[in-house]
Amino acid sequence: MRITVNVNGEQHTRDVEPRLLLVHFLRDELGLTGTHWGCDTSNCGVCAVWLDGTPVKSCTVLAVMADGHEVRTVEGLAHGTELDPVQQGFIACHGLQCGFCTPGMMMTARWLLDHNADPSEEDIREAISGQMCRCTGYENIVRSIRWAAEHGGGARTADTATEAAPGREEVRA
Amino acid sequence: MQVPAAFQYETATSVEHAIELLTRYGPEARVVAGGHSLLPMMKLRLAQPEALIDINGLGELALIRVDGHDLAVGAMVRHAELLASPVVGEHFPILRDAERVIADPLVRNRGTVGGSLCQADPSEDLSAAFSALRAALVVQGPGGRRTIGIREFFLGPYETALTEAELLVEIRVPIRSHASAYRKVERRVGDWAVVAAGAVLEITDGVVTEAGIGLTAVGAPRFVSEQAEDFLRGGRPDDESFAQAGRTAAQECRPTADQRGPVDYKRHLAGELTTRALRVAAARARGQEA
Ligand SMILES: Cc1cc2nc3c(=O)[nH]c(=O)nc-3n(C[C@H](O)[C@H](O)[C@H](O)COP(=O)(O)OP(=O)(O)OC[C@H]3O[C@@H](n4cnc5c(N)ncnc54)[C@H](O)[C@@H]3O)c2cc1C
Ligand code: FES
Ligand code: FES
Repeated sequence: MRITVNVNGEQHTRDVEPRLLLVHFLRDELGLTGTHWGCDTSNCGVCAVWLDGTPVKSCTVLAVMADGHEVRTVEGLAHGTELDPVQQGFIACHGLQCGFCTPGMMMTARWLLDHNADPSEEDIREAISGQMCRCTGYENIVRSIRWAAEHGGGARTADTATEAAPGREEVRA
Repeated sequence: MQVPAAFQYETATSVEHAIELLTRYGPEARVVAGGHSLLPMMKLRLAQPEALIDINGLGELALIRVDGHDLAVGAMVRHAELLASPVVGEHFPILRDAERVIADPLVRNRGTVGGSLCQADPSEDLSAAFSALRAALVVQGPGGRRTIGIREFFLGPYETALTEAELLVEIRVPIRSHASAYRKVERRVGDWAVVAAGAVLEITDGVVTEAGIGLTAVGAPRFVSEQAEDFLRGGRPDDESFAQAGRTAAQECRPTADQRGPVDYKRHLAGELTTRALRVAAARARGQEA
């Protein structure tokens, strides 16, 4: 099946089997190996990417389901040569050890800060609760995200935020 | 690396189109909503559909509306949207309580309300919550639309009253004066329930006029304890009667032992969580707790 996916602002067209998972499409077809893949149970969250502006587990989405949609991966996090405050925070606060969970954590962190410029520690823990760090570096990951919030991390909303769930409406009585 | 077996993939452009595709592909076709139950099962080869009909493009199924006296939740509403909805939080705290403890934020961003109910997993949280609320399910098939009471919808584990080529389109719950709560014990954040209980209470002049008790993961028939509901109806909403309702629910359910715990522990939890959910609901009715 021929699909076209916008990944980090670029259109990519490929012929894929319907059973190809989005995580494998990104890694194997597009060579974007920043998105990791760590379990077969949808539990670890290392494969987190944005699909139409919302973080999802890309091992539980078919690549064909992303046809015509927008994906953002860790490769699209920096602004040209300037690292995103979230990336800077992970460096400043030693938020990574082996780095395996790091891309997924950063994608969720970026989304959190786009929606809540000043998250509490509890907000941060809740946001990353579907993602596992096998180096158990959670304390420093939380600190890294706080660092990003305190160093202009929340101010990037204008150029990065995509409206969540466009077209959805709620009618109140 | 676990990958699903090969299948045909089709994108539905309308509910009618989805039904047409389901009819064309026959019994080996499945719709895919969030895919967060179906794709893991396909990776494990516990499910091997020959065709997947993707209904993610059906915006008409993705709305939360107030329609007359009902809250109407489209089948494609994501868990995260139900959780964030102010109208749901205001009138149905049981749904907000349940959504808070379903999986994790990333799974909630993708998994859908309709998928949860159609999966009919014996541990599904929304199945218990909507059963306690006596929701009505609107389904559509080749012969048109019909409405099924949720308590007639669940036929058994992973089995629903949906017939071939039928789609769940909407879940409806009347907005009326009632109080509700949901309480769950899980092994760790984001896990399926060891046991969870939901309570819905309608109280008039200090008397319980209607009660809904939902239970999940303990083999409760159709996710409810009817005996506890019968006991509560007509009584006073006090601690003593809530404790007895808990004992009744614990007796009526049929838990099985697994990696989440032995039978007696689960039965104990079923009773305790029923009592606690009732207490929280009653406190909310008095305006004492959000
Ligand atoms: C890591 C993890 C943890 C989880 N933890 C919990 C938890 O704690 N509690 C809980 O309740 N759930 C939990 N879930 C399940 C999650 O809520 C799923 O998203 C949900 O059960 C299924 O919704 P879905 O939209 O992904 O459905 P899908 O996987 O797309 O579909 C499920 C089934 O329903 C059918 N179906 C879907 N929509 C329709 C429709 N409109 N009409 C007819 N048939 C339909 C499909 O054909 C399929 O058979 C968890 C899932 C994961 C991956
Ligand atoms: S690889 Fe996707 S959740 Fe583990
Ligand atoms: S840094 Fe190693 S898995 Fe998190």
